[in-house]
Amino acid sequence: MSIDLILFISIALIAIATAISMLASRNAVYSVLFLVLNFLTVAALYLLLNAAFIAIVQVTVYAGAIMVLFLFVIMLLGTEQEKIGGRIQWQMPVAIVLGLGLAAELTYVLLSGAGTSGAAMESVGAEFGSPASIGRILFSEYLIPFEITSVLLLVAMVGAIVLTMKRKRESR
Amino acid sequence: MNIPASYILALSGVLFTLGVLGVLIRRNAIVIFMSIELMLNAANLAFITFARAWGPATEGLRGHVFVFFVIAVAAAEVAVGLSLIVSIFRTRQSIDVDDINSLRG
Repeated sequence: MSIDLILFISIALIAIATAISMLASRNAVYSVLFLVLNFLTVAALYLLLNAAFIAIVQVTVYAGAIMVLFLFVIMLLGTEQEKIGGRIQWQMPVAIVLGLGLAAELTYVLLSGAGTSGAAMESVGAEFGSPASIGRILFSEYLIPFEITSVLLLVAMVGAIVLTMKRKRESR
Repeated sequence: MNIPASYILALSGVLFTLGVLGVLIRRNAIVIFMSIELMLNAANLAFITFARAWGPATEGLRGHVFVFFVIAVAAAEVAVGLSLIVSIFRTRQSIDVDDINSLRG
């Protein structure tokens, strides 16, 4: 058993355990914190996969900005506790059956898919996945999608402000 | 990293399935939204794995660029989605998806 395999198995176990805890905890604040931990372990996995830039983006944008936004909204609304017992009684068993079906499909696709052999990945140079190399391809080949992304973020910002704005009552 | 790519793809599949289960089981709208983030993250993990395993020989860093765009779109989606949830909470005093059963605002 190589050191890489031990590292991967421990990271994978932490990721799965935090995802399950996120689903199982009744308090939404704990769910957010477990999801942050899950994102951090996935970022560690990105580092192992020679994706340094994406790992840092994952930590700052996902685990930092987005999850803080979630925490902020949960604490603003004060709705972190979920009521026990839903309106639909058969929700849980049906969901578990459907989830197992999806897991079986994914396993079948992964085992039968082309190219997913058991061979280990070959090593790559230090250039692979560095911010410089990603920036080079992002600002040359993908320049127009990058600019469109900035417009998309502007639209999302305006949309968020408009949706949460308190409208004045129309009075005659 | 000296392990087969299929292991990491299997982990990505497990995380995606857990995200789907979260959407199906939970009734708090914010937790459902977080499960969607978990699914996006699992898809990103598959992208990075494919880029690492088959990128150096063929396409290079296009998988990484795609993940970058997915993260940007997820940020925009979270901003709009959470403001929708806040707006729904103002009118219905609840974000339990069982209580949100009519289109009347």
